[in-house]
Amino acid sequence: MTDNNIAVQFSNVNRHFGEVKAVDQLNLDIHDGEFFTLLGPSGSGKTTCLRLIAGFERPDSGQIYLYGHNVSALPPYERDVNTVFQDYALFPHMTVEKNVGYGLMIKKVPAAERQRRVQDILELVQLGGLAGRKPGQLSGGQRQRVALARALVNHPRVLLLDEPLGALDLKLRQQMQLELKTIQQQVGITFVYVTHDQEEALTMSDRLAVFNQGRIEQVGTPSEIYEHPATPFVAGFVGVSNLVSGKTAQAITGSPQMFSVRPEKIHLADPAAPVPDDMVAADGRVRDVVYLGIMTRYLVELNVGGDLTVVEQNLDTSSKEALTARGRAVRLLWYRRHCRHIPAAN
Amino acid sequence: MQTTKPSSVPTESKPANSLWQRLSTYLYLRPRLLLALLLGPPLVAFVLFYIGSLAALLVQSFFSLDSFTGLVVKEFTLDTYRQLFTPANMDIVVRTVTMAAVVTLTTAILAFPVAYYSVRFAPPRLRPWLYLAVLLPLWSSYLVRVYAWRLILAKEGIISWVSNLAGLNWLLDGLLSLPVIGGPSLTVSWLGMYVVFVYVWLPYMVLPVYAALERVPTSLLEASSDLGGRPGHTFRWVTLPLAFPGVVAGSIFTFSLTLGDFIVPSALGNSSFFIGQAVLSHQGTSGNVPLAAAFTMIPIVIMALYLTVARKLGAFDAL
Repeated sequence: MTDNNIAVQFSNVNRHFGEVKAVDQLNLDIHDGEFFTLLGPSGSGKTTCLRLIAGFERPDSGQIYLYGHNVSALPPYERDVNTVFQDYALFPHMTVEKNVGYGLMIKKVPAAERQRRVQDILELVQLGGLAGRKPGQLSGGQRQRVALARALVNHPRVLLLDEPLGALDLKLRQQMQLELKTIQQQVGITFVYVTHDQEEALTMSDRLAVFNQGRIEQVGTPSEIYEHPATPFVAGFVGVSNLVSGKTAQAITGSPQMFSVRPEKIHLADPAAPVPDDMVAADGRVRDVVYLGIMTRYLVELNVGGDLTVVEQNLDTSSKEALTARGRAVRLLWYRRHCRHIPAAN
Repeated sequence: MQTTKPSSVPTESKPANSLWQRLSTYLYLRPRLLLALLLGPPLVAFVLFYIGSLAALLVQSFFSLDSFTGLVVKEFTLDTYRQLFTPANMDIVVRTVTMAAVVTLTTAILAFPVAYYSVRFAPPRLRPWLYLAVLLPLWSSYLVRVYAWRLILAKEGIISWVSNLAGLNWLLDGLLSLPVIGGPSLTVSWLGMYVVFVYVWLPYMVLPVYAALERVPTSLLEASSDLGGRPGHTFRWVTLPLAFPGVVAGSIFTFSLTLGDFIVPSALGNSSFFIGQAVLSHQGTSGNVPLAAAFTMIPIVIMALYLTVARKLGAFDAL
């Protein structure tokens, strides 16, 4: 394979630990210059996948290609790939400057040039004045940026990020998400990002892959994954599923095929509201209400059986008004085209 | 907000009425008193029996021995120290310190691979057994081990027998003919002493190094490898610096234990004294307690300096 547009390629890769198949017949293409996310719950194989790219794990069978070169047997120090670790893995006995310059020092880059490049990258991640500090003297967010700088300064062709924002508080995490995206676009490197937070994946990625038990269930852009989930798992993991099947589906749409409808697409209406031709309806009672500031989440128990979660923006509703909806009889309406048919899980 | 309480839940907490319960509450509310009670007895014992007796001995170093009467003259003088700083006595000190340094270096070099293997490569089930194997010699009497080595190193012992079989007698004789450290037999030479010292103190070096290496997270080693560091780079720049405080901690043991020891030099040495033997002989044989006390000061001062340097090097950070 000499296709230089494919940054990372997995070809029938298997990796198991004893009985457990961590990565199961994986095939994946990651394009040059894209921000690609590996999304999935704990134990789904996404981190193993990342470690296979980095070289910390070897595939039991199958091949891994980086820009056309087969790297399956190469140790990490021979791959043009750098990693930002989940626990940052900063060397505690070295200053920030020595940490960031470590890769350059190994490659015997002359001291003057090394210092210049380290200073430049620290400016990029907004840590200009902290070169002399040690990791123990930095905050979590600062350490995360040092880890990023340490990886980026070597100009790798692919940057791997293993849930780097997990230890940060919400506000900082959201800020860092935007910064990472900006840096990626500025520097132009391929980013491969691992997370279990689907909101993070949808925010940052150009494309993402949803992992489940060592296999990829779906690969696509955020909107493709969200709007057109290919399997029940993807529908449930990314966003709220609202999976309807069997008799309930029959009663609502006239066909027993499983479908999912996203909660924000459903309108909460009066039980006597008319049903337009291009919409479907389901009657029920509001069982639970959760006020989330921007929006309110309603759990509605349907008369034909089952639950649907509905999310509505609080345009005119206050929290008091929203909470009184509890116990109320309602009619749920949504456009027929928003029913996404899901093929049953194999 | 109205809440209804189920009738089975008591509305008050149970009062402590037994003596033990009242005592434990009393102490819980007075942590400093509790600390004083816990630390008091051991501290008193420590200060009185150990430091007190040590101080009583060291005070003697400022007295002198009247060579005519053989009695200790209890007047402050620096004569005893002047006696200490003569070439013959200084030889003893230099000899002991040199042996301590060489033993420390050797145990560090030997302990490191053992600890490194145990931490990085040994399967987890094997690890407690390796730990046990290192500790096992310490279960037997120190004296027994030293004399066992005497047998091994003796002219009729295992080493001679093996070297005979392997045709290595020339090597053995060559080593024994070395000036200063050689001698008529391994059991009467500094070479033999050195071997036994390394053997008996090795566990004390392995354990701190093991502890230090265990604390190095695997992610650091992976990070070094990820940044282009080959195994040699990772060892030099990451593993070794992080394990060094463990080596320093182990060296405190080996150094101080060698400085003060008199059994190994007696069992395997020649007529030249080490500090421990000097203290014993001056105190016991000639009754020259002041000079013995002066000799005792030397290891104390050396170890105080050593510990200060060790602290600067971060050996106590984990505490």
